[in-house]
Order: sequence, then structure tokens, then C-alpha cells
Amino acid sequence: MNKLIVSPSPHDENYVKTSTIMLNVIIALIPALAAGCYFFGLRALLLTAVCIVSCVAFEYGCRKLMKRDNTIGDLSAVVTGLILAMNLPVTLPLWMAVIGSFVAIVIVKQLFGGIGQNFANPAITARIVLMVSFPSAMTNWVLPLWYKEGTDAVTGATPLVLDSFRGTTEEHLMPSYMDLFLGKVGGCLGETCALALLIGGLYLAARKIINLAAPVSFIGSLFLLSWISGGDPVYQILAGGVFLGAFFMATDYATTPISTKGKIVFGLGCGIITFVIRRFGSYPEGVSFSILLMNVLTPYIEQMTRTKVFGAKEAQKNEG
Amino acid sequence: MKKLNGIRLRHRKNTENCATVDFPVPAKIKLPMSMHMGAPCLPLVKVGDEVKVGQKVGDCESAFSAPIHSGVSGKVTAITDYQTAMGSICKAIEIETDGLQTVSEEVKPPVISDKESFIKAVRESGACGLGGAGFPTHVKLNPKTPIDTLIINAAECEPYITADYREMIECPEDIIAGINLVKSILGIKNAKLAIEANKPEAIKNFTAMAANDPTIDIITLPSAYPQGAEKVIIYNSTGRIVKEGELPSDEGVIVLNVSTAAFIYRYTQTGMPLVTRRLTIDGNAVGEPKNVRAVIGTSFRELLEFCKTDIDSIRKLIGGGPMMGMSIPDLDMPVVKTSNALLAIKSYDERKTTSCIRCGRCVNVCPLGLMPAEIDKAYKIRNIEELQALKVNLCMNCGSCTYVCPANRKLAETNQLAKALLPRK
Repeated sequence: MNKLIVSPSPHDENYVKTSTIMLNVIIALIPALAAGCYFFGLRALLLTAVCIVSCVAFEYGCRKLMKRDNTIGDLSAVVTGLILAMNLPVTLPLWMAVIGSFVAIVIVKQLFGGIGQNFANPAITARIVLMVSFPSAMTNWVLPLWYKEGTDAVTGATPLVLDSFRGTTEEHLMPSYMDLFLGKVGGCLGETCALALLIGGLYLAARKIINLAAPVSFIGSLFLLSWISGGDPVYQILAGGVFLGAFFMATDYATTPISTKGKIVFGLGCGIITFVIRRFGSYPEGVSFSILLMNVLTPYIEQMTRTKVFGAKEAQKNEG
Repeated sequence: MKKLNGIRLRHRKNTENCATVDFPVPAKIKLPMSMHMGAPCLPLVKVGDEVKVGQKVGDCESAFSAPIHSGVSGKVTAITDYQTAMGSICKAIEIETDGLQTVSEEVKPPVISDKESFIKAVRESGACGLGGAGFPTHVKLNPKTPIDTLIINAAECEPYITADYREMIECPEDIIAGINLVKSILGIKNAKLAIEANKPEAIKNFTAMAANDPTIDIITLPSAYPQGAEKVIIYNSTGRIVKEGELPSDEGVIVLNVSTAAFIYRYTQTGMPLVTRRLTIDGNAVGEPKNVRAVIGTSFRELLEFCKTDIDSIRKLIGGGPMMGMSIPDLDMPVVKTSNALLAIKSYDERKTTSCIRCGRCVNVCPLGLMPAEIDKAYKIRNIEELQALKVNLCMNCGSCTYVCPANRKLAETNQLAKALLPRK
């Protein structure tokens, strides 16, 4: 007879694994990737593949080198690669994308202990490192649907840069709300199509993978601040990387607070910082920096927004 | 009123329509002297003594305990050392059955005139909470503070188990009589019978039975584990919060398991102490899942064979439900007073534990609002101050956090280990 297994309760589990969650995030990003391929051409697919393969390879190599359990099976490296690709302009040289993967996986994730231990979002940090290192390659935008024109890629500007045309004679160059919503504007390959990102985000929320507290407070606070300050709030939330950041990076488990209260604070912080950078800073886009800065604040937010324990008595203060 | 968090489990109440069958009197029973919370009993019999059905064979001086009775007539063949499923060591009495089932002359309906004689009778009956935790009933019924509400716990929120449900279907009159008995003797104004929503037939029956009695409320609890946990059922049926360090009686409430209430009534009528109990036998190794009424002390192996179980295929045996039940290390261990279910599981694969991804599922499901992921971190570095601030002492080990963890971290287990680090008050 077999020996009976003895273990503490519970003796049952609900079969949602880390890889299940990651797979759902991948599924949620497919609409945005498809939109990217449609607007910017099939190179988007190539760039994405390079990011994913290099991320997984770095993850595998790192774990091997550090003699730790192999973690590529949890698919988190695939998600990092995919989100990183979403944050890159489609024209970026492939070797730069590989550097981005290196920063994301090796420096930000594995050197801090691997999945769940990193304090900053790997893809965001990689985007910022690339932006600071290769500013011209990282802002080399193509016009959407350029391949239909039958010409070579034409360099275009992002809606946030175009926003400065407001009230000038070149105002007609600014995209319409509909173009912004559908993603028919210049930008990183996965960030332009707000509709696709919204579908992905709502899918994750419906599958209870993410909590909408952070995206709603992020987008909401940016909307309100832009409105109060006399800007065009709809334009501000649809342009740039707000939807990508709000739904896919401000909801990253490892680098945002756990409690709903904390998530709301995190989202508010992101909205405020994005607004300040866009309005007063020299960078046209502030989503990446806002998320990175809030990542750094996360442990403190966490401390201040602990859940209230049912029936708990206040800890007695030790005086004297 | 906002209800506390809970998780949806697959109910798997496969045996809900299986009427209770009596398990034939076994050839031999083994009675551990520690079956539930409280001090272990000392044997009152010696090897070679003849015992009868209902005869007291174990008792102790401590008020926080309950005596143990024999469910068979026969001869004491051995008194041995025995390790319980909890790991503690106590004595166990082995009795060989003579098959006559002669009832002891000790068995006669108790004379109950007031609260004191009632409490004494309940203690003599050997009653303890039949829901699983096994708090001695006479202690519960003798609170120091005034009580205005009696809650009858009929949540049976664990998957598989239908023992309490069968009690509700088969003996509803005993339950109502038990409620009225406790109410009248202890002078409690209101009773609430709280049933989880996954038992619509029981809810319907009791609502009809209590229609003319304004003092008995039938409450439908949401179908979300753990409704049967004491603090949860009190809050979800009365809105009262049992605070840290308090007993339910401090909030004017007593919670009694539904089968316990029915048992107390039957004891006052017949005088037969707690010597048999109903338990659900299920699990994927069991050929014919059943609800069985067995003599306490019957070995699990016999019950499993009775339910056409392929004994060799069992990988894990659980006494109780899958969420809070105990692993049974040995097939030959006996049924005790608190055994409400026996689950035999085959093909049990343990997933590997991986790193916490901070998804927050454990925090979202904790009915008490604890943060198991943070407790896990604090426990790893043995930060006792942090563990106290996180209130790990309040964890009731419902297991929801471990259940939902995608990284398969043993959070509930860690909570119990963390509790052991806290300084004793």
C-alpha cells in the first residue's frame, strides 16, 4: 500500500497558476499587437518577436547562471517582452530592442530576485533607458498606414507633439478623437490604439486578473487635471501611452500596491505626475516616468494603505 | 449590510441525496481519550472489564473537557498509547464487541429542572461541537455574560460534506426542539438558523416549520466559503463583530452546530450519550460515496471498505473537509466525535511552490481582511513586531489564501507557524 501523504490544510486548490495569469495578459495584449501590425506594418511583429525571444533567453540564461530554478515556464518573461515591444517605435533597430530586453530582464528583474521581487516595472524601465540612450531612434515615428501609400516610411509626429499646434495655422494636422481612439496616429507600436487596449484591459478585469482601481484613478485624475487646467481632457487621455500604461503597467502586480486603497493612490499619483510632466516638463510624454516614480513609492503606499482587519483591536502603544 | 469576503468553491456535495445508512456494529472499536478541544480524559475502565452501550469509559476533572462513552457492549482488550491526528499523545481504549449491544443501566433520560442541571446533563452526554472544531458544548452553553441570540450554524460551507444537511432533512423536528430547549433553559430571546444558500430544500423546510414562531429566524447565508466560521456567521447573520480576544458570548451570541442542537434534544429524551455520529464518506477513491452513521471508535478502513473504496489507490486521507480537515496518517485510525467527513483522495499531485507575484488574491479573499502575502514576508525574516501589526493572531486557518494562491504558497500554514512565534500573553 502507498504511504498516505500528510500535509496541512487546505487539501484543495483552484488551479489558477502564475502561468495562467501571464497567459491571460498575453491574450489581452493581442488586440493591441494586431492594431500595431495593422497601422505600422509587419515589422511590428518582427520587433515583438525579437523582444519576446530575447527576454526569454535572458531569463533562461540568468537563472542558469545563478543556479536557480528555471522560471521561463511561468511566461512572465514573455509578458515582459511583449509589453516592452508595445513601448517601442516600430522602426527601432533590433539590437536596441535586445538591449531593452537585457535591461528589463537582467538588470531590473533578475538582479533583484526574479519574478515578484523587482521594485520597478521592467518594461517601463527598459523604455526609459532606451529613450535616454537612443533619443532619436526612440522618437523615430512613422505615419500610420504608410505602407498603403506605396511610399517608404514617412516620419510623423506623435499626437502629444502635435498638441502644441493647437490654435496655430497647422491645427488641421492634429488627429481627430476617432483617429486617436482607433490608433491611427504616430507612436509606439502598441500604445496608439486605445480601443484595443481598452478591450484587453476589460478582458483582464473580467477575468479578475487586474483590479480597475489603478487604471480608473490614473485616467480619471489625468482627465480631471487636464480639464481644470483648460486643456483638452479627451485628447490628453487618448494620446500617448496612457491606456497602455494604465491597464498594463500600472496594474503590474510586483510593482504596485496590493490593497485597493493603495491602487487608487498609485493611480492618482500616476495621473498627477503624467499631467505635470506633459504640461510643464520638456518631455512631451510622461506616462513612463510617472509609473516608474510611483513604483518607487509603492512600498510606502503599501505601508499606509493596509487593509483593516476584521474585529482587530488597535495595537497598544508602548509609551515611555 | 455588507457581507464578509468569501470564495466560491466547487461544492461537490455528491452525497446530499444519500440517506444516512447505519454502519453495522464493528468487531472492535478504539476510543482515543482526546477527541476534541480540551483536556484529554483518563480511562475509567481496566483491561478485561465488561462494558455496555452508553457506559462512560473516560472522563477527567477539568471543566474544559467532555467524557467519553462506549458505543458497543463487549470487553476492554487493551489500553494503549495513541497519537491523534493533531499529533498529541493520549491513551486509547480498545473494546472487543460481543455483538449483543446490551444497553448500560447508566442510560436514562436526565432530570432537568434548571440551567445548572441542564449544563451538567450536557456535559454527561459527552457533547461537543459536531461541526469539526469540537468545542465542549456544556462550556459554550454556560457563558458569563447575558445572551440574547442563539445562532444555529447550518452553513456546512466545506465542499463534499453533507452530514449536517442530512440531519436537517432527516431530523428537522429534533433540530427545532433542540433550539427551543436551549432557548428556554438559557432564557435566550431569539434564535437564528443560518443555512448556506446551496441548501434550498433545507431553507424551504425550515422556513415553513418556523413560520409560526417569531423567535426563530431562518437566515440564508451567501454561498461563499467560509460562511460557517464562527466570526463570519455571527457577522453575516447578526451584524455583530466579535473583536480580537473576545468570545462570541461577549457579543451576546452563542453559536451551536445544527447537529449538536439536535443531539442535545435527543439526549434529553433518551439519555443515550454521544456514541455514534453521521459522517460523509466521499472523495475520488471512494466507489460509493455515502452518509454513514457509525459507532464512534470504528476504524476508517472498515468504513472505506463499506463504501467500496479501492484502499490501495488512496494517496491522501482527510478527516473533515478539504479546506480545514486534517490529514489522516493511518487508515486504521478511528472515527472520533468531531469526524464529520472522511475523504479518500487518489492521484494527488502537489504543485511546486514558486515565488510570490504579489497578485493580492490572498488579501482579496481573506474573510478577516488579513494580508497573508505580507505575513509571509514578515515570517520569512522573523519580524515579530510586523507580524503583530499584521494581526496574524486572528487568522482562523480557513485556508482560503492557500487555496487561491497561483504560486501555490502555503500561506495558511505560514500563518499558523507565524502565530507560534508571537509572545504568549
